[in-house]
Amino acid sequence: MTKGTVKGIIANLVMVEVDGPVSQNEICYISVKDVKLMAEVIKFTGKQAYAQVFESTRGLKVGNEVEFTGHMLEVTLGPGLLSRNYDGLQNDLDKLTGVFLKRGEYSYPLDKEKLWDFQPLAKVGDVVEAAAWLGEVDENHQPHKIMVPFVMEGKYTVKSIVKAGQYKIEDEIAVITDEEGKDHVITMIQKWPVKKAITAYREKPRPFKLLETGVRTIDTANPICEGGTGFIPGPFGTGKTVLQHAISKQAEADIVIIAACGERANEVVETFTEFPELEDPHTGRKLMERTIIIANTSNMPVASREASVYTSMTIAEYYRSMGLRVMLMADSTSRWAQALREMSNRLEELPGQDAFPMDLSAIIGAFYARAGFVYLNNGQTGSVTFLGTVSPAGGNLKEPVTEGTKKVARCFYALEQARADRKRYPAVNPLDSYSKYLEYPEFQEYIAKRIDENWIPMVNEMKTYMQRGKEIQEQINILGDDGVPVDYHEAFWKSEVIDFIILQQDAFDKTDALCPLERQQYMLKLVINLCRKDYNFDAFLDVSEYFKKVINLLKQMNYAEFNSDDFKNYEKKLEELLKTKQL
Amino acid sequence: MAQAFQKIFTQITAITKATCSLKATGVGNDELATVNGKLAQVVKIIGDDVTLQVFQGTEGIPTNAEVVFLGKAPSLKVSDQLAGRFFNAYGDPIDGGPAIEGREVEIGGPSVNPVRRKQPSELIATGIAGIDLNNTLVSGQKIPFFADPDQPYNTVMANVALRAQADKIILGAMGMTNDDYLYFKNVFSNAGVLDRIVSFVNTTENPAVERLLVPDMALAAAEYFAVEKHEKVLVLLTDMTLYADALAIVSNRMDQIPSKDSMPGSLYSDLAKIYEKAVQFPEEAGGGSITIIAVTTLSGGDITHAIPDNTGYITEGQLYLRRDSDIGKVIVDPFRSLSRLKQLVAGKKTREDHPQVMNAAVRLYADAANAKTKLENGFDLTDYDNRCLSFAKDYSSKILAIDVNINTTEMLDIAWELFGTYFKPEEVNIKQALVDKYWKK
Repeated sequence: MTKGTVKGIIANLVMVEVDGPVSQNEICYISVKDVKLMAEVIKFTGKQAYAQVFESTRGLKVGNEVEFTGHMLEVTLGPGLLSRNYDGLQNDLDKLTGVFLKRGEYSYPLDKEKLWDFQPLAKVGDVVEAAAWLGEVDENHQPHKIMVPFVMEGKYTVKSIVKAGQYKIEDEIAVITDEEGKDHVITMIQKWPVKKAITAYREKPRPFKLLETGVRTIDTANPICEGGTGFIPGPFGTGKTVLQHAISKQAEADIVIIAACGERANEVVETFTEFPELEDPHTGRKLMERTIIIANTSNMPVASREASVYTSMTIAEYYRSMGLRVMLMADSTSRWAQALREMSNRLEELPGQDAFPMDLSAIIGAFYARAGFVYLNNGQTGSVTFLGTVSPAGGNLKEPVTEGTKKVARCFYALEQARADRKRYPAVNPLDSYSKYLEYPEFQEYIAKRIDENWIPMVNEMKTYMQRGKEIQEQINILGDDGVPVDYHEAFWKSEVIDFIILQQDAFDKTDALCPLERQQYMLKLVINLCRKDYNFDAFLDVSEYFKKVINLLKQMNYAEFNSDDFKNYEKKLEELLKTKQL
Repeated sequence: MAQAFQKIFTQITAITKATCSLKATGVGNDELATVNGKLAQVVKIIGDDVTLQVFQGTEGIPTNAEVVFLGKAPSLKVSDQLAGRFFNAYGDPIDGGPAIEGREVEIGGPSVNPVRRKQPSELIATGIAGIDLNNTLVSGQKIPFFADPDQPYNTVMANVALRAQADKIILGAMGMTNDDYLYFKNVFSNAGVLDRIVSFVNTTENPAVERLLVPDMALAAAEYFAVEKHEKVLVLLTDMTLYADALAIVSNRMDQIPSKDSMPGSLYSDLAKIYEKAVQFPEEAGGGSITIIAVTTLSGGDITHAIPDNTGYITEGQLYLRRDSDIGKVIVDPFRSLSRLKQLVAGKKTREDHPQVMNAAVRLYADAANAKTKLENGFDLTDYDNRCLSFAKDYSSKILAIDVNINTTEMLDIAWELFGTYFKPEEVNIKQALVDKYWKK
């Protein structure tokens, strides 16, 4: 292997003179005192490699030794990834001893001693290729497929495969022969370089299946699809994290991967603490069983922050190859972009807008493109749904990260300061937000079957009421309450009903936090029906008073168990109230 | 003596306002050095060309200055002797007392493994209802005051510190005026708590770049008390804007490309490294905690500037002060202030109705703000508008004003009383069960 010596140090960028070949993005280890620091080559000129070190370079000296590994940054893939807490470089955080993270301490991501119940799926003589399923083990009730490693090109024939039984991850489970007659031993683990997409599937169609999240402002107003992409920009304090947590708890996915990228440690701790306690609303098991957390908090080294989003995407793609539905959330992609900026700055590259690297939008685009709904080679389906948050500087959406993301993400959930200030949570602006999937004929067809064919027209009708309400509010602000006709007030308050009952949702209330699709459908019908009616008011004062009562009753319905006695009671009271004024 | 092993270099190759460069070998990154007796730190090494950041500035440094490398990163001697003492940015006593004896620790040390943290869950009561009711603080939290320089943030912070019942209060003062420094010293000694206070002070009279050491010094001391003594430590950092300004000076001198508002591109990471030292340790690790309350001064309330903006993304909320012209007092602004950790204690460590009462009151206060706009635009007010306005006035003086000092149960009772005085139950939008239990007829 190539060796080198340190020639220069600027913060976490180290210049290394090498004695042999190195490749771009190759991993190397730099000795300092008695530890070795992991680093990645990001530039090469003359005889000097520029490596970004994933840890603090304190005490590093010119002349220190460097060893190159011959491979790029890789993750280890195999059974036992679920329920773990990793850092950005896939070190198992629970295995690291000590309260503080020690520099140069790395840990193996999986458990080498655990026995897994293996069931073969392939038989001797089968012709297989990369990502073909050879067998499966049960990982926290998920069928974890043991696959032909993604790096293997061409066709292979299964020469032998072990019988059903208990095996460790490093045990031989199959031998496959390539077209030249060479044998390859397959175990339950494989490695993959994180910056490359795993493309061992047949086809990637446009997403069309609704991914239910239980959040009304998403599912009803601007739905996201299985394999879809979305992003949530939001000034700080607008409830970005609460919304993201709600989605990761409730989304109809088999696997949830949370990439805490340069965010607050206490938020990650919240996930660590809550998820093992919370039940998966779909299976009744613990949420943590289907979750992987990649935690690279803001005080952890910048370079591994950049790695963390790739690490999580690679793990997501791995589970997608097993035919599972994966939900990947990255909070926040802006921190990742900032990590890119810091390195670009140290490399003295000519800066683009706001000192970000010139190719930022291409990098973001390539990353979002790794998500998607796929048909695997065996005809099964799998998906990686990706939701990223963006933290726009100063809440200004005209900045490079938001703009770069807007070009590629198909859903946009516009968190708004004004709504947050008025405690209208989730503070997603219903009119600025969009879901491109609503325009996909594939999706329209799907949703017509899943809910009913009037669904999308009804959603559009709701948005029209909201739009009208907003316009009227502006007019009232200019002309005054008595400067507009009474029916304007009526239209405004109808939009308030929609806002309070459909769009707002109490993430901290047990019942209201998760609203299943069936219930969303019921409530939307109820609300739209009352919006379609005309009412009999003499003065504008009566309008607000009346609709506040309507809102209150509907809100109590939201808080009550669906179809419970309480729920029906409130509904009955509502009907009576509506009769008094409806024409 | 270690002196005998230290190499002395005398050939300076370049001098800027904050840095100097020289030819030297065997030097470690981040290592300390003295340049003609002035403390400096290695910030860049290219071959045998070493760049030093000189904390006191390079005024008067000759090209033949004597440079001695100390073989260590900036460090602080920690022991119980720190309590009650005042230090400069280098950790040297400035109160005339003896030097500290203790273990030497490098400042700016490693971060806590996130899985070894505990979720903060202990309420920090301040008695200020604008904080306790609407923006409850939790031990292990980090939160700044966003304030214009003319607002009384240092007074409020001193009050919070004294009432918070912390085992140790560590003050990191950056670019503080001498008057404010004396104010803190006075308040703490009058309250008889001087033995619980440790102060690291860089006043406006000291060189700006020295400030860069203050937060790390303060937090190294905090970690000693929290980790080794299992204490509840409160760290006060004021003013972080001046800290960031010092960062910008250094990065500018090192020819780095500035990003937004002339701040270095690494501002977010630099601030995060400080604020993320706030932590609650689990019982297995002694149960100590570090809570950080900071001040970020704004320029004319502009929070889109890079410093408050980056800070807001790192800290767990922010507190705003505002003068309420209706009652003529400074209040904690209920709209823009936010404590992100409040739900960990609100309704759990406080009465069950806390979260809903808090939200309902703020919503009504927002309605009052709308009514006020209508009034200013010359429109007639409805009966509801008028009730909101009266409510807002009472709410402001009984809850939001910074001179309020009551416990949370009293705050909640006051809020229900105000609801009962001005509104009907259906106007406050609170869960029926709570209305049944607490509504004041």
